[in-house]
Amino acid sequence: MDLVTFGVQLLNAIQYGMVLFLVASGLTLVFGILGVINLAHGAFYMFGAYLAYWIAAYTGSFWIAMVAGVAIAFVVGLVLENVFIRRLYGRDHLVQVLLSFGLILVIDEAREILFGKDVHSVAPPAWLSGSIQLTDNLSYPVYRLAICGFCLIVAALIFFVITRTKIGMIVRAGAENREMTRVLGIKFDVVNRYVFAVGIALAALGGIVIAPISTVFPGMGDGMLILSFVVVVLGGIGSVAGAAVGALLIGLTDTFGKVFFPSVSSILIYVLMAAVLLWRPNGILGRREV
Amino acid sequence: MASTASNIALRATGLHKHFGGLRAVADVSIDVHVGEIHAVIGPNGAGKSTLINLLSGELFANDGAIMLDAADVTRLPPDRRARHGLGRAYQKTTIFPRFTVHENVRLAAQARSPAPLRMFGSVRSDTNVHDLTAQAIARVGLTAQTQIVASDLSHGEQRQLEIAMVLATDPRIILLDEPLAGMGQAEARGIIDLISSLKVGRAVLLVEHDMDAVFELADRLTVMHDGCVIASGSPREVRTHPAVRSAYLGDHGDAS
Amino acid sequence: MRGWLIPVVLLAAAIALPFVVPTYYVQFVSKAFIMGILAMALNLAVGHGGLVSLCHAAFFGLAGYVLALLSPGYDPASLLLTLPAAMLAAAAVALIIGALALRTRGVYFIMVTLAFGEMLFFLFHDTGIAGGSDGAYVNAKPEIAIAGHQLLDLASPMAFYFVVLFFLIATIAVLTMLVRSPFGHALAAARDNERRARSLGFPIYRIRLIAFVISGAIAGLAGYFAAAQFGFVAPQMLGWHLSATVLVMVLIGGLRSVTGPLIGALVLIVLEEVLKASTDYWKLIEGLIIIVIVLALPGGVRQLWPMIVGARADGPSPRQAAPPVAESRHG
Repeated sequence: MDLVTFGVQLLNAIQYGMVLFLVASGLTLVFGILGVINLAHGAFYMFGAYLAYWIAAYTGSFWIAMVAGVAIAFVVGLVLENVFIRRLYGRDHLVQVLLSFGLILVIDEAREILFGKDVHSVAPPAWLSGSIQLTDNLSYPVYRLAICGFCLIVAALIFFVITRTKIGMIVRAGAENREMTRVLGIKFDVVNRYVFAVGIALAALGGIVIAPISTVFPGMGDGMLILSFVVVVLGGIGSVAGAAVGALLIGLTDTFGKVFFPSVSSILIYVLMAAVLLWRPNGILGRREV
Repeated sequence: MASTASNIALRATGLHKHFGGLRAVADVSIDVHVGEIHAVIGPNGAGKSTLINLLSGELFANDGAIMLDAADVTRLPPDRRARHGLGRAYQKTTIFPRFTVHENVRLAAQARSPAPLRMFGSVRSDTNVHDLTAQAIARVGLTAQTQIVASDLSHGEQRQLEIAMVLATDPRIILLDEPLAGMGQAEARGIIDLISSLKVGRAVLLVEHDMDAVFELADRLTVMHDGCVIASGSPREVRTHPAVRSAYLGDHGDAS
Repeated sequence: MRGWLIPVVLLAAAIALPFVVPTYYVQFVSKAFIMGILAMALNLAVGHGGLVSLCHAAFFGLAGYVLALLSPGYDPASLLLTLPAAMLAAAAVALIIGALALRTRGVYFIMVTLAFGEMLFFLFHDTGIAGGSDGAYVNAKPEIAIAGHQLLDLASPMAFYFVVLFFLIATIAVLTMLVRSPFGHALAAARDNERRARSLGFPIYRIRLIAFVISGAIAGLAGYFAAAQFGFVAPQMLGWHLSATVLVMVLIGGLRSVTGPLIGALVLIVLEEVLKASTDYWKLIEGLIIIVIVLALPGGVRQLWPMIVGARADGPSPRQAAPPVAESRHG
């Protein structure tokens, strides 16, 4: 493998890892702060991609699709928290697993009713649709580079909010010690609602930005849910930094796995997960049990 | 009191434990003899709970060694230490709340039976386990409550159950973590009498804040402060120890 | 008297059933029994062990694949050879997944089992083993034959039904024995208070791993017969949607009994059948029903009884009233 090909693969790995991070950070935030395991997270990723396709097809604009898709996901998140999710706080995981499984069936069928079950593709914005010529016979799509840049901005925003703002402080305190923050009298019902909505919006955003480089298909949420779980297990639950580490590790493992070990590439990330479980059962950046 | 090595049931030497940068236990050595109650006292944050967790195996020491009789258990997990004859009662009552008193104690007896994980036959079929269970329940005076679900017991009764469970494992050394916490005067009296009877044929290590009870029960005292042992000896020696008076008893007035 | 009367009546009804209903229903009940075996197997881990596993479909599907791979072309496979092989394969994989997943607790355990289950799904989906994503056929149903003389042919729906009924009863017997044994009590103790159980001297990790492996092997038993009945295996058989559906059956039937999940399986399968027959959007309705059940009846449908027949004076004991899987909160 020459240096240029290596560079291209490295970019692919980072770009894949960044999208994974977007989705998984939503999952890990919702678990870390609300204590709720949400299996429907992947379904929102899928739904976001279909929304992007649908809105883009009507308006002709990827940007409108992106903004409107995220906004719709956010509002849906607010409503779902209010109707269902808040009943799960403090309940055992089995109940959370099954309620979110019920949600998956509902979301899947809603998608079927609204958008059908066809496979679609979404065109990237015109000015990002070109390619950069790297060598005579090797080029790299601008849109993939744009994803990297965009995800970096979102990641920076997430870290800024969590580490530098008052809301972030409340959120961190909640993840560290739910009991304590309850005692402090912070309005948790409000914080919870927005955290859940942001989590859902991040999942949908992931689906929207991936739509132009992947196809939009009904089963896409399942695969992403599993990957997000592996990211969270690798990085340590509730830790956004852990999600970043886990997502990049998976991006690298998957991309270079396909290059070097194509026959077993689909199970390589699970081997990675098994190795991390043997080494640090609570994740690379997870707190160790006392 | 003979201090020969032969009747030392538990010997910890040079234990260290730190959490990140925080030193919880530093160079603590302690011997607990069969036939004695050895009390560990000290102000809050002195490292008593950490010490008891190190001894029971729920925490591993950063340095030092722990011997149960002749066996080095320093790196063994709690379940293996239990099978070496170590029994523990917790500070916060940790019974099995959905099981009856009898079932709670039977589980403890079963844990020390020759086939604790037998997969066939009912739990009721082992007469040995059954006898041990009945004895332990009778010993703590819960015979009338045998069939009551543990979560329905009073706080004092739950502490009694806790001790019955420890007894049913037939331990050679018992670790008691604040057995009197949250108890009324009358309830405490019964538990104190029970504890004083435990030392026959066994070694007892007691962590307790109730100084009256400690000085009534203890044959030997170790005083901890800031993770270190500052004094060890008979209750009389400890009471007059100047470092103890300034570091600990001084905060509480005359503790006797 | 009542203690054994109900099971005997139910058993008599189960034996009489194939003689009084059309073949379609015999096959339908066979399928429900198979799912019941799977749900009871899963409940050993979930209800009795407090281990919310999302990879039991993988054990189920794997055993089905073992039958498909061992079936010789268009001839029937030997049940006495292939069934133990299928259960052993499921147990072996349960041992590996369990050994890794049990290093974690609570929500991690859920995620890790889900991920490893999907690994098996992708293994059969992406590689060429047994037809890849297209699946593979089990052309002839297994048989029991000695020296070329056929004793039992599962191709007959009636024979198939009775073999499944036999294994259903065997599963109930084995699980009941396990749950009532010292092992079962130790498993339940570890579920209710892991720390205490360990300090009493119980090797928690080993107890849970053994329970997980037994549970996986019985899930394999169910998968073997499912593959035999449908005559077809596909990667979806290993997918986590099936695992979650079986968890729903367990919750419907109640976590605290051996046979509850069997009832849950019957309820959910009949419900699905009715919904499929009445609406195109049956998954939407099923999803909503699952959500309602989860929110309204965390103790399973048996919670409905007191509401229907009125609370009895002797009522359920506090143990039955306790919330399910209390320990697995906030891993």
